[in-house]
Amino acid sequence: MSNKQTLVVIGNGMVGQYFLANLMSSDICDHYQVVTFCEEPIPAYDRVHLSEYFSGKTAEDLSLVAPGFFEENNITIHMADKAISIDSDSKIVKSEKGLEIAYDKLVLATGSKAFVPPIRGHDRDQCIPYRTIADLDGMLAAAKESKVGAVVGGGLLGLEAAKALQDLNLETHVVQFGPRLMSAQLDDGGAGMLKQKIEDLGVTVHTNKNTIEIVDGEHCKHKMVFADGTELETDLVLYSAGIRPRDEISTTCGLKIAERGGTVIDNHCMTSDKDIYAIGECASWNEQIFGLVAPGYAMARTVIDHLSEGELTFTGADMSTKLKLNGVDVASIGDPHATTPGSLVYTYQNGVDEVYKRLVVSQDKKHLLGAVLVGDASGYPTLSQYYLNGIELPENPDSLILPSRSDESVGLGPDALPMSAQVCSCYDVSKGDICNSIENGNTSLAALKSDTEAGTGCGGCVALLKSVLDCELEKAGIEVNTDICEHFPYTRQDLYNLVMVEEIKTFNELIKSHGRGRGCEICRQAVGSILASHWNEYVLKDQHLGLQDTNDTFLANMQKDGTYSVVPRMTGGEVTPDGLIAIGQIAKEYALYTKVTGGQRVDLFGARVDQLPLIWKGLIDAGFESGHAYGKSLRTVKSCVGSTWCRFGVDDSVGLAVELENRYKGLRAPHKIKFAVSGCTRECAEAQSKDIGVIATEGGWNLYVCGNGGMKPRHGDLFATNLDKETLIKYIDRVLTFYVRTADRMQRTSVWMENMEGGLDYLRSVVIDDKLGVCEQLEDQMERVVETYQCEWKTTIEDERKLKRFRTFVNSDKHDENIIFVEERGQVRPANMEEREHLKLAEMA
Amino acid sequence: MMSQWVDICNVSDLQPDSGVCALVDETQVAIFYLAEDELVYAIDNYDPFGKVHVLSRGMIGDIKGEPMVASPLYKQHFNLKTGLCLEDETVQVPAYGARINGERVEINLSGAGQ
Repeated sequence: MSNKQTLVVIGNGMVGQYFLANLMSSDICDHYQVVTFCEEPIPAYDRVHLSEYFSGKTAEDLSLVAPGFFEENNITIHMADKAISIDSDSKIVKSEKGLEIAYDKLVLATGSKAFVPPIRGHDRDQCIPYRTIADLDGMLAAAKESKVGAVVGGGLLGLEAAKALQDLNLETHVVQFGPRLMSAQLDDGGAGMLKQKIEDLGVTVHTNKNTIEIVDGEHCKHKMVFADGTELETDLVLYSAGIRPRDEISTTCGLKIAERGGTVIDNHCMTSDKDIYAIGECASWNEQIFGLVAPGYAMARTVIDHLSEGELTFTGADMSTKLKLNGVDVASIGDPHATTPGSLVYTYQNGVDEVYKRLVVSQDKKHLLGAVLVGDASGYPTLSQYYLNGIELPENPDSLILPSRSDESVGLGPDALPMSAQVCSCYDVSKGDICNSIENGNTSLAALKSDTEAGTGCGGCVALLKSVLDCELEKAGIEVNTDICEHFPYTRQDLYNLVMVEEIKTFNELIKSHGRGRGCEICRQAVGSILASHWNEYVLKDQHLGLQDTNDTFLANMQKDGTYSVVPRMTGGEVTPDGLIAIGQIAKEYALYTKVTGGQRVDLFGARVDQLPLIWKGLIDAGFESGHAYGKSLRTVKSCVGSTWCRFGVDDSVGLAVELENRYKGLRAPHKIKFAVSGCTRECAEAQSKDIGVIATEGGWNLYVCGNGGMKPRHGDLFATNLDKETLIKYIDRVLTFYVRTADRMQRTSVWMENMEGGLDYLRSVVIDDKLGVCEQLEDQMERVVETYQCEWKTTIEDERKLKRFRTFVNSDKHDENIIFVEERGQVRPANMEEREHLKLAEMA
Repeated sequence: MMSQWVDICNVSDLQPDSGVCALVDETQVAIFYLAEDELVYAIDNYDPFGKVHVLSRGMIGDIKGEPMVASPLYKQHFNLKTGLCLEDETVQVPAYGARINGERVEINLSGAGQ
């Protein structure tokens, strides 16, 4: 039918999927009919973040395949079927299920498997590799009947596996064959510091342990016996002692295999057969296997380029890594072991703060050859730029790792980077790409991220991204005006600090001392919000009256026809039958349109301004209070029914939702805030789409922050796991107050997070580790807001003078005759223009 | 037309740094009170963009030194002296005379501005 060639990709792991996605967006996507085999029962997922499966992420969260990807791109995928042999003469691939597919081009992306040491007892029950989601499910099942877990292997993946064991609340051990952890990436000093830090976190590390057999234990299921005669009892053994390339299928057609395993490839990633390529961990280039994902991606790009007759070659890869293991920063660059002849070494060791840094430089001290950072990896972006771009080092290279005691900056200015310098390694974004994007008008960090994808992977490059942005804007002579408006030469954050530090309590005081003119709706509202957040006075006090937008002035939401809607609070979405009847009666009395909101409460529409106090009198008498639907403040805490009623509920989500809503109601913020609490990981309350989301797990509450629905949905970031209620509330207090203090006006938490230098890690360091030393202040401030809460409607209807404001006319008892309703589906709605004309004519006739 | 001042209300009926609405004959008049300067301004209450009578419920302030109100619906700004829309000069709402006479506030529908 077509003259398309058939391209078969064996393996749908991270690299296989990356290849497919890039092929489909390339110019040659129409040249091939693509068929792929996936041995696992689910398509590609993020193996790098596997341990997050135990801290709340689901298999879907980890998936790397967009829904409908295979269908839309017309790719045939054979799931849970393994390609087992290749006949390279007749060019046919055979599968375990008996399929035979003829190919023109073949790409091997079979990946690797966990190395399981061939010791006696290695295949006992509950001794499993740590590699696939299926392994994790086995681990989860095994953990239920286990108290102790041991990981064989103290490398990168092994330490990740140890975190997973800790997340499952097991006593955790790491057994390392050699003398040091992460032996490929770290030297003795760095590994020693890492060991100390990991042990501080409750993991026992055993080095120089050669396991010779696993036998029945006395207190635990197993006993690991070591060559030095010592033993370790454990219920669960996880193997994570390195990887072995999957090259079985290559042997079926005689492809050349490297001495240490792996299918041999050349600079085009071509195997010894010109129609067969190999990419990722199954490939051996120059006797090297690359156990990281970035080189695999580079190989995938090389093959696509070669198929397009391009010039791109693969000539090795930078194996530098930066990661966070159980909250411990670790980074390794280039040649950390100083194996380069003549190389010189600087080390910095700080036993008090548990920080270790090592620099390996060339003999002439001009170039960086390698580095190790443990406990503080903040220097990684700068150091890796020196390394990758061969930039000449400063006169005293050790200034790069010594703590800076003065204001002098030892960072590498972004100007020193060549245009080709890679800034974001996750998405391969160069400084040149970033500069182009800035030129095209993406002059904010958030815009730059969404345009280039830089900084949206691991987030490690965001600080560098920001400095490139600032530097380019400055060079272009674009003064970044962050003034809130013409009346104040300050940002919202500056104004907040002024209010706080100088204890300013009114707008007039602030504008007289720090601004000019009378203000406008921008600064008045912003300052009104700041004053309300910080001092929490009644918003309709005379001094604050002119600072409120119409919604806050009338404590209701103005609709398109000038009438208002009214929303009483229903904490956690809970309402008694009597409450519901009272609302119904009031709605009926004032002929209001009623609708159930997305935040689990009832909205009453069509109230004239003069009716608002009467309606609220009725609601307050029935026990309701303001729902603050009109304010830039806490709206609702949505909840599922939780363990009280639900068969699957793990904890009392409604109870917590009610408690949280009562705690934070009335809190004024830069923008509205929404919460949700789910009683189990089925997540019926959709907590991950909220500013603050809480999900019950067997181990406690998981806290998600900075999610959003709306125009640009954002999943909340998992902030902390397995919290007790007290800690949970403490963290929420701190996050919210920090947001209130530092966000821009009208900035939701999602955008606040996107613009935050250091992102989630930074927020954690402020809120959990108290990096800025402000946690107590943040909590005190929240406590004050909680203590000074008042129902604004109650205060208002008790004040005759305030009620005057709700007259339609200051000099008449008439109503606005222009408000006209018609009926639709048994309720009122505003008349449209045509209906108004019609009614007017009817009246005149 | 003869200039005619109509008595509306007490100064204490006004809202400081904010607006109220008065009914003068059949016309809805938005009256704004700059408390500190003891100044009043009046323009028509009709928002020509939202096509409803709401301008008295907008926030006030100044832009480039000129007093203005921002529509509470779609936030267009109107000059309190002239009724001119700052975003679109082809749009203008009527501006009326307004003054404080002792304790009383007076409006003059035929007097443009102050």
